[in-house]
Amino acid sequence: MKTLALAAAVALAAGAAAATPVKVGIAAEPYPPFASPDAAGNWVGWEIEIIGAVCAAAEMDCQIVPVAWDGIIPSLTSGQIDAIMASMSITAERMQTIDFSDKYYNTPTVIVGPKSMAMTADPEGLKGKVLGVQVSTIHQTYAQTYFTGSEIKLYQTQDEANQDLVAGRIDATQADSLAMEAFLATPEGAAFEIKGAVKDDPAILGLGVGVGLRKGESDLKDRFNAGIARILADGTYDAISAKYFAQSIYGG
Amino acid sequence: MVEQTLALLALEPPGWGGNLLRGLWASLVIAGGAFGIGLVIGTFGAFGKLYGGPVARDLLAVYTTVVRAVPELVLILILYFAVTDAVNQLLVSFGYQRIQISGFAAGIAVLGVVQGAYATEVIRGAILAVPPGQIEAARAYGMPPGMTARRVTLPLALSSAIPGLANLWLIATKDTALLAIVGFAELTLTTRQAAGATRAYFTFFLAAGALYLLVTLVSGWGFRLLERRARRGLPSAGGAR
Amino acid sequence: MTGLRAWAQPHRLVLLALAAGIVGLCALTLRWDWVPRYLPLAAEGLWRTLWLLALSCTFGFLIAVPLGLAQAAGPWWLAAPARAFCTVIRGTPLLLQIWLLYYGLGSLFPQFPWIRESDLWPYLRQAWPYALLALTLSFAGYEGEVMRGAFRGVPQGQLEAARAMGMPRGTIFRRIWLPQAIHRALPTLGGETVLQLKATPLVATITVIDIYAVAGRVRQDTFIVYEPLLLLAVVYMAITGAIVLAFRWLERRVPSRPG
Repeated sequence: MKTLALAAAVALAAGAAAATPVKVGIAAEPYPPFASPDAAGNWVGWEIEIIGAVCAAAEMDCQIVPVAWDGIIPSLTSGQIDAIMASMSITAERMQTIDFSDKYYNTPTVIVGPKSMAMTADPEGLKGKVLGVQVSTIHQTYAQTYFTGSEIKLYQTQDEANQDLVAGRIDATQADSLAMEAFLATPEGAAFEIKGAVKDDPAILGLGVGVGLRKGESDLKDRFNAGIARILADGTYDAISAKYFAQSIYGG
Repeated sequence: MVEQTLALLALEPPGWGGNLLRGLWASLVIAGGAFGIGLVIGTFGAFGKLYGGPVARDLLAVYTTVVRAVPELVLILILYFAVTDAVNQLLVSFGYQRIQISGFAAGIAVLGVVQGAYATEVIRGAILAVPPGQIEAARAYGMPPGMTARRVTLPLALSSAIPGLANLWLIATKDTALLAIVGFAELTLTTRQAAGATRAYFTFFLAAGALYLLVTLVSGWGFRLLERRARRGLPSAGGAR
Repeated sequence: MTGLRAWAQPHRLVLLALAAGIVGLCALTLRWDWVPRYLPLAAEGLWRTLWLLALSCTFGFLIAVPLGLAQAAGPWWLAAPARAFCTVIRGTPLLLQIWLLYYGLGSLFPQFPWIRESDLWPYLRQAWPYALLALTLSFAGYEGEVMRGAFRGVPQGQLEAARAMGMPRGTIFRRIWLPQAIHRALPTLGGETVLQLKATPLVATITVIDIYAVAGRVRQDTFIVYEPLLLLAVVYMAITGAIVLAFRWLERRVPSRPG
């Protein structure tokens, strides 16, 4: 106990010396075009730039920490990171465990399948098909709630689900429309198309993407909200979005 | 085809070779740290198991049994989340602020705890292989226990412990791959990122395999040299038993 | 029973009481209301873990015998590849091997469209064949090394005596060499099987739903982190205990020293 307290005191002193930066957790698995590592080992993408802009606008010293998507909420609650900015949708289910800032983007959820296979983005059309989704996502919850007639396979990353779509091991995948558009633009994605958006269910699909925060840290939440509001107002948000997307992704 | 592969593996961006090497370095540092912690835990654990009181012995038995029975992946997840959480809750309840434990430190500590259980058994076996007469002679000279351990038991145990420790080091290097699942950017995760970004899954997994194999082969060679050195002056290779 | 008396030492009683206290505390303060809901899924996952373990160990051992024999007594053109195989398997992380087999091979499928027309496609589509293959090869690699030592360790005199009696080579192998080698390898086999059990959760990363994946599912559905992991650790410990007991029983059935 004594050594632990001592170690903690040392760590505390070290922390106090260098004004504690806010650790912003992102998913360690590539999620283009939002966040993915480039060949030089730097993280790039729309969300990475937004993190930089929000932190600058809120005058916070932010540090990006990649964490496994699968364990990103436990990482937040156990204190390894202070905030989640990893395209995490604001849902009632997650709100029981963590808190969210205001949304910073919102896009529809789509089903993608091979051009050669006819299907519709509803339970009827996907009956008997193999559907791949990323674990711990709204898509997993949605698919398990609505597409009960399909076989659902869970992937650690959306990239791997796409990979198995290309390999033909799954017939379709359900994911965020922007992430899928980026995939369809690649040579591998050429043989696939968006089969349509799924019927909205705000209770599962959420109210857009927000910054995930520990419950009760309202100071931090206010600062993130202020930062998001400022970059929306001063045009930074649109300037960054224009580099990646044809239209605004803030959503209604 | 070959040209394409070489371009993907080039050390400078747009090639991903540099990333893989950075991942390899991270893997080696974690493996080294974990192996070191494992050795320290293992040494104390072995002495505790052999000469400790009944309570210490039982607790150590529980530790080594549990760690050797539960998959490393599950242990890593439990320790990774639970321990950092426990430390923070302790701090908060004592009125301090929560501290940040980096994934790096947590990874090393977690693998070190796992290594420690195996190292305890290896070192215990090696100490048992030291001829008891040597230790008794040291005691008869009135050497204090600490000095006996440092000057007699451990140096003599080292030679028979090296094969087991070499094996542990190899396990440590391979177990670092499990940290990929908690999102730490060591060799396996950087490989997965590179593969995902370029869709060249086959190329990158093979390349990473070659790197791991290289580490194994070089370490094997190094440990053989070390073993030969440690065995100098001992009667015969298997004679220590 | 001497075992019972060993447990009845005063310090052990205190430790046991402490352990019971901790378990009781966990049962009372942590959340367990999710357990009944996931029981059917957990049973399915447990079953998958167990058959993956049993099949991969059996097939792996069947491959390990020729691998060990080739290294111990084969001509160089058999010994060298067998040795290389064991080195590669033992020198690289299993996680990487699994991913190479599943995603690596999968990424090559689009180049060969006829694969999808073949009779094997229903199996190639699923994840468990890759998991089973990777686990089998891994077990074969580690156990092949053990079998090499076991074949070498059989005393030459035994083989010479059999040869002197005019036994054909096949019979010598079947009656003398193999049984003695397996007998020598048996004590390590239990340990290797436990290590194999500990490797099985890695298959969850390629969409195979084993008991580990079920625990992950609970964590994702309910955001309860520690309870499923703790229960999972207990389940693995129980399986390990069963494996250890089974091998102890097996070893007792085989006569202790041949000849």
